[in-house]
Amino acid sequence: MALGFFNRLKAGLSRSTQKLSDGITGAFTRRKLDDAALEELEETLIAADLGTEVAARVIAAFRRTRFGREVTDEEVKTALAGEIAEILAPVARPLEIDPAHKPFVVLVVGVNGTGKTTTIGKLAQHYAEAGLRPMLVAGDTFRAAAVEQLQIWGQRTSAPVIAGAANADAAGLAFEALTRAAAEGADVVLIDTAGRLHNKSVLMEELRKIIRVIRKHDPSAPHATLLVLDATTGQNAIQQVRVFKEMVDITGLIVTKLDGSARGGIVVALAEAFGLPVHAVGVGEQAADLRPFDAEDYARGLVGT
Amino acid sequence: MFEALSDKLSGVFDRLRGRGTLGEADVAEALREVRLALLDADVALPVVRDFIARVRERAVGAEVLESVTPGQQIVKIVNDALVEQLGGAGAVPVNLNAAAPIPILMVGLQGSGKTTTAGKLGLRIQTRERRRVLLASLDTQRPAAQLQLQQLGERAGVTSLPIVAGQTPVEIARRALDTARREVFDVVILDTAGRLSIDAALMDEVRAIRDVAAPAETLLVVDAMTGQDAVNTARAFNEALGVTGIVLTRMDGDARGGAALSMRAVTGAPIKLAGTGEKLEALEDFHPERVAGRILGLGDVVGLVEKASETLDEQEAERIAARIAKGKFDLEDYAAQLRQISKMGSLSSILGMLPGAGKLKAQIDDSKLDTAILKRQAAIIGSMTRAERRAPDIIKASRKKRIAAGSGTSVQDVNRLLKQFDDMSTMMKRMNKLGQKGLMRHGLAALMPKGGAPMGGGRRPF
Ligand SMILES: Nc1nc2c(ncn2[C@@H]2O[C@H](COP(=O)(O)OP(=O)(O)O)[C@@H](O)[C@H]2O)c(=O)[nH]1
Ligand SMILES: [Mg+2]
Repeated sequence: MALGFFNRLKAGLSRSTQKLSDGITGAFTRRKLDDAALEELEETLIAADLGTEVAARVIAAFRRTRFGREVTDEEVKTALAGEIAEILAPVARPLEIDPAHKPFVVLVVGVNGTGKTTTIGKLAQHYAEAGLRPMLVAGDTFRAAAVEQLQIWGQRTSAPVIAGAANADAAGLAFEALTRAAAEGADVVLIDTAGRLHNKSVLMEELRKIIRVIRKHDPSAPHATLLVLDATTGQNAIQQVRVFKEMVDITGLIVTKLDGSARGGIVVALAEAFGLPVHAVGVGEQAADLRPFDAEDYARGLVGT
Repeated sequence: MFEALSDKLSGVFDRLRGRGTLGEADVAEALREVRLALLDADVALPVVRDFIARVRERAVGAEVLESVTPGQQIVKIVNDALVEQLGGAGAVPVNLNAAAPIPILMVGLQGSGKTTTAGKLGLRIQTRERRRVLLASLDTQRPAAQLQLQQLGERAGVTSLPIVAGQTPVEIARRALDTARREVFDVVILDTAGRLSIDAALMDEVRAIRDVAAPAETLLVVDAMTGQDAVNTARAFNEALGVTGIVLTRMDGDARGGAALSMRAVTGAPIKLAGTGEKLEALEDFHPERVAGRILGLGDVVGLVEKASETLDEQEAERIAARIAKGKFDLEDYAAQLRQISKMGSLSSILGMLPGAGKLKAQIDDSKLDTAILKRQAAIIGSMTRAERRAPDIIKASRKKRIAAGSGTSVQDVNRLLKQFDDMSTMMKRMNKLGQKGLMRHGLAALMPKGGAPMGGGRRPF
């Protein structure tokens, strides 16, 4: 994973940052960093989904140190990436599997279609490669064929999948799975859940119930509650994270679909607002398409260096 | 960030009350706020630029009507332009004017909601148009995607093409059309794999599918939460395929939905349908006039009413409404309302739908006030005697102490509740005076005490 990692990340991210990079190049080749130039730069950040407030703050900080200078394209990009990397650095924290918890229970939540199930497949692959024994729990008992989808990921990654009958109670299933995981000596249990919009209180309550039931088995579980966030999401991601955090105390984020043209700038706003760790990013639909989140790479990717 | 545009504009225009026409400087200042509101609602930057230019042209020199403030006037101009840009009033139906079997192609990014929408659309055409529909999944990419559509078909009572392993999407498309001809289906809905607009190979593939199917409709399915990337996606799919209609999914969320404007501006294609829930029936006509207000942060009044009617106990609501109308609203009614509100879910997401409540919502977000406060208030009211609830005026110092002790709160909390109840009663009296129409037109702002923060004049809302 180590060697090919940066190249793959770059390949994924460079496509998504092509436009942004063009914008900055156009604006800054040997040019004075004046009001107009800064405004263009701010707009480029807005177009990357940083949001108006965060973009304004980043540019304000930038202005203090560099206003009026003659700068090249390269200098601007590097400095701006540095500015953004500073915001992202504190949240770049991998998900540590604490062996004291056996099994280590990971609950995966998020709105519909963000990539929860796929990410579980990728995580299973990753942990299996790391020599751990993952177990998958098909907790999305609502969406059509969601169970079968996870079962295919189980086959691909040779991980056992615990599934119940159609429309089974997800909480009950999770409980049963933890019992099995303990008996079978699994190291990591990855629990899939049905997608849900954060403003549906009944569905959010259901998620809390899953957690309550899990705790009957192990009061310290879940040891991680991951929110899977689609990189194409705009400003609503803030509300999404706020509510999920409030309701189910998410412990970290995974950002998917960074192989697309969306730049995922909302992550900068999220880092500022919540400081939740970003554990990994998804850069494709295959099992190998999961990368650690690296603040500098991400920031460089955002500004296109 | 969630402050409603009308709140901001009323700030901008406070000093402009009573001028004849809108001047260039005033308009420029107001449009700066409009620009931010649109960007915060995820309208893509280039689309915002064009839109602002157009509005500026209309607004400068416009007469300010007698009955409204300049701020309201601008909001109206912006709102009208937005409705127009979103396609004008009313909905555009899915085109079924073609020789049977009519192919409908569903395309979009991964996870945008294509498959669910295909199932919903099948059900809708079958029940409303009484046409025979065949569903076919061409998604050979995502695990169990074909199975998902098949199961959706079973739930909806819509036939789906039998799954044959190993076929390419183009082969499945051919088989679907052959089957539809042979078995006399009226409409064939072709669901495709999600694809990134920059994935050249997969974009070629969907072009090949389009060539084989010659669809009467190519529907681009887009998540209402989409950010700035909406323009890239829309442009790429439109250039590759010629999009004929847009479906905006997850409109039951609380995203402002600016992607609608971006998509429409880039493709020129009408937004035809809106996905509004997980149930198979939750597919509706797209109403530009509703979404315009939502994008501007003026609140989706209709959406609020719908959400309320979904969760509220209607009889209870009517009983309370009747008491409000009679000016008899007391703390018992308020407690009943609290129970209803807690049922509706997160307070801030509800307030986000209310016109003019942006500030209030921001305060709630800031101070993390939410359902916990409702519970506390319910506890306070629960510790009152029936007489106290019916005539809160009798609650003086000693009663307050007793109530606070009984509910595990402080006298201050009790005071706050009483003050709030007082404000609310005042508000309701105004509401009665304004009538329902006034409320719709001017929003909650019409009910607020002038100059101060909403409810409780400058203090926190609760
Ligand atoms: N391009 C790309 N597609 C992804 C990524 N992660 C998930 N997807 C796709 O997004 C769609 C929804 O994923 P799924 O895991 O079913 O989402 P869920 O509803 O949250 O479980 C599927 O088509 C996945 O293949 C990613 O990192 N990149
Ligand atoms: Mg899933």
